[in-house]
Amino acid sequence: MSYEAVIGLETHVQLKTKSKMWCGCANQFGAPPNSNVCPVCLGLPGVLPVANEEALRLTALTGLLLQGVLPPYAKFDRKNYFYPDMPKNYQITQFDKPSSVGGFVEFECHGGLARVNITRAHLEEDVGKNFHFERHSGVDFNRAGVPLLEIVSEPEITGAQMAYEYLNALVEILRYGGISDCDMEKGEVRCDVNVSVRTQGARELGQKIEIKNMNSFSGVRRALEHEIPRQIEVLQKGGPLTQETRRWDDAGGLTETMRSKEMAHDYRYFPEPDLMPLAPAPAWVEEVARRVVELPLAKKQRLMSKYQLPASDAQTFVWDRALGDYFEHLAPRSKNPKAAANWIINNLRAKLAASGATLAELNFKPEYILDLMELVESRQISGTMAQQVFAEMFETGGAPNLIVKEKGWAQVSDAAAIEALCDQALAAHPGPVADYKAGKAAALNFLKGQVMKLSKGKANPNLAGEILEKKLK
Amino acid sequence: MKLAAMTAGRLKAMLARKEASCADIMRSVLDEIEKREPSVRAFITVRDPADLLREAEKVDQRVLRGQPVGPLAGLPVAVKDNLCTQGLRTTCASKMLADFVPPYDATVVQRVKEADGIILGKTNMDEFAMGSTTENSAMQTTRNPWNTDYVPGGTSGGSAAAVAAHETILALGSDTGGSIRQPASYCGVVGLKPTYGRVSRYGLIAYASSLDQVGALARNVEDAALLFSVLAGHDPKDSTSLDVASPEGLLSDPPARLRIGVPKEFFGPGLDAEVQEAVEKAMSALASHGAQLVRISLPHTEYAIPIYYIIACAEASSNLARYDGCKYGYRTKSEGNVIDMMTASRTEGFGEEVKRRIILGTYVLSSGYHDAYYNKAAKARTLIRRDYDEAYRDCDVIMHPVAPTPAFKIGEKTSDPLAMYLVDIYSVIANLTGSPAMSVPCGMSRGGLPIGVQITGPALSEPLLFRVAYQLEGLT
Repeated sequence: MSYEAVIGLETHVQLKTKSKMWCGCANQFGAPPNSNVCPVCLGLPGVLPVANEEALRLTALTGLLLQGVLPPYAKFDRKNYFYPDMPKNYQITQFDKPSSVGGFVEFECHGGLARVNITRAHLEEDVGKNFHFERHSGVDFNRAGVPLLEIVSEPEITGAQMAYEYLNALVEILRYGGISDCDMEKGEVRCDVNVSVRTQGARELGQKIEIKNMNSFSGVRRALEHEIPRQIEVLQKGGPLTQETRRWDDAGGLTETMRSKEMAHDYRYFPEPDLMPLAPAPAWVEEVARRVVELPLAKKQRLMSKYQLPASDAQTFVWDRALGDYFEHLAPRSKNPKAAANWIINNLRAKLAASGATLAELNFKPEYILDLMELVESRQISGTMAQQVFAEMFETGGAPNLIVKEKGWAQVSDAAAIEALCDQALAAHPGPVADYKAGKAAALNFLKGQVMKLSKGKANPNLAGEILEKKLK
Repeated sequence: MKLAAMTAGRLKAMLARKEASCADIMRSVLDEIEKREPSVRAFITVRDPADLLREAEKVDQRVLRGQPVGPLAGLPVAVKDNLCTQGLRTTCASKMLADFVPPYDATVVQRVKEADGIILGKTNMDEFAMGSTTENSAMQTTRNPWNTDYVPGGTSGGSAAAVAAHETILALGSDTGGSIRQPASYCGVVGLKPTYGRVSRYGLIAYASSLDQVGALARNVEDAALLFSVLAGHDPKDSTSLDVASPEGLLSDPPARLRIGVPKEFFGPGLDAEVQEAVEKAMSALASHGAQLVRISLPHTEYAIPIYYIIACAEASSNLARYDGCKYGYRTKSEGNVIDMMTASRTEGFGEEVKRRIILGTYVLSSGYHDAYYNKAAKARTLIRRDYDEAYRDCDVIMHPVAPTPAFKIGEKTSDPLAMYLVDIYSVIANLTGSPAMSVPCGMSRGGLPIGVQITGPALSEPLLFRVAYQLEGLT
């Protein structure tokens, strides 16, 4: 009997706001413990929450980016449970009336396009962070009250790799929309998994098991790669699977029981009386809608069709938005966008990586890349020389044609001058000459290289090749 | 007459005419505190007299220099101990917060200070505002100044008793189910619970957030209006705060053809004959001055108490969850893991009534019971609101007793929580509907205890209530 997995993901994302969800404290990672706190986010007696407008806008924007629906009525609720990292011992969240409903994420998976529908996206608050020392524990409340968006997928994911691709596509969308930086290292994205297995084609769902404690997307993938076969094995052995929450042990590479269904919390949700229900006005939604951007997948597809870029180049420009913008600034003016992409990806990006500089710090105009390409195109310099000009341009910010002029790097196409250099090369390397004559065609490249070297790179390489060939006949 | 026994209105006039200074008033009030406090025990904390006098003198100096001063200039204001006061211990009359010193002022406290009122101290109350007599205080028992064998009412019993005993000029209270109006009626002072949202709740230590409202206790209607005008106003720190114009014309004449609704459900069995008589007399007095008494019916009244206790306890169970011994407040001495620590801290730190309501509230929100209790109560609350909307087609205000009886003896009902809950039977509805309601003295029992009448009206009708109350005050 064959089995299939049914997976739903709950992704928590910290919103990119200046301040926290209910107070004016900075939403900032890495500050000294308990330095970004106030009576409100510490849940002191008597305080009241005031919703962060930008967090509401980013939630709505997420709904629009995912092509979901923004309901005319949404509200906040209290989720009650005791835990020391939660200042009020209840979390303000949205229970049955979330701010965004529906939508989908489309992404490339297994060589094709996949789509996972979104159940809802709701706004809530993050909790503090517990630290355990040798003899005591402490809580850092800097994170408490940071706006958190929970995006719940429909149980439409069928495998570990698909879950992984979905998550990457989702965070890419959120980064594009400016919703969140989704920095894993800073805990800006967290993901819980719900997974069950059933016999292939069965209509009823199996027992839902929740897995927590994955700290990366590859952790999610690994957890599923472990958990799905585990569940199948239990079923094959005729054993029952019971609804439970399991903890992913990343070091051990396995999941273990955290709490059973009987131990599950009763959150005792009820409407948050300290906050008014939300009724987004059409004008407000319209203003948010102005912030909608092109989604990463659409951008990739557009770059490929419009500029004939290969998928890998287009993907590079999607992942590195600044580089992509740089390309898109030049591409419409370039006779050969594909070549421009090569320059940007192969040369510029490498240089940036080596120097540690950013695009914003470049001291040459983007158009210089087109000028440089033009110099090669019009055979004023060789491709090899172009690299040298680029390095100089990167260094000094000078215009390529001026650099060529000043440095005297213009390509030499004077046949007599090149012929002299060829003679010199042939005389100096009798071995390769003999090799060539014996039928080793590759030896010609070596000799051509020698001519280029003698010319300090300025010789027209094609011309040099032609002359050498003639002389060796 | 001692300055401490005078109304704020009269004191303001005397200050203006330089017949008394703020320091004089403060000294007089401090004298009364010294005299009456040992038997009344209205205050949990009285601020250092030297600081109080210094503050009063500062206001005097400003007056002397001709600088502008606020509407409460130099007047002592007692603050219920569930309103946060920066640097001044705020206990909620609970062992849980016995040592809690807030790092911030409640908005209402800030408003009093900005109006140049002087925060005198913190008044006793039922622990976390749960109770009806101020007997549920973990600190002390406050006594009714009219007869110290009797309760002052609650939960703002300390504030009501302080005003009645001349231990302050004005007082702030909070009202979740009658907690300003009922002690006001028991102590013979004026108490106002404003429209929900009209006064900021920021800094009011929450009991039941959808019902809690801060209000004023004062010696007469004019004083209550003065304090209310200072308190009312939009607060960006409270999302449920209403952004409406400030109330005006509080003390002008009531409309010529005022229609007073008399709900039949409030004059049935259980109502003390003396209370009924006093209230009816008050209404007839208004009728003889042109008001029209209209018999009305509020059919869902009988459900008010269960609805109230379900909603209030549900919200309380969540609001009080933060007191876990982790960050502030009482922490157990017993050893154990963090959950043990929280459990023991809460078990030891909360009083019986608070625990009872937390358990009730937890129960009505639990899965399996949520629909039968909390959701049903929330729906029934709308029915009660509808009763009132309906009634206001036929009348402008509604009048009825504040409580079924005058104050009773200390200890009389402490062993019977249900009997105690029924004390609130007339007062909880204004909290369920969010409408403004006022308690105005309207007579005395033969035993020498005050009786109050409640005037209530639609949302934001405070000016109308004040005008009716002001007229009534002149007639009784």
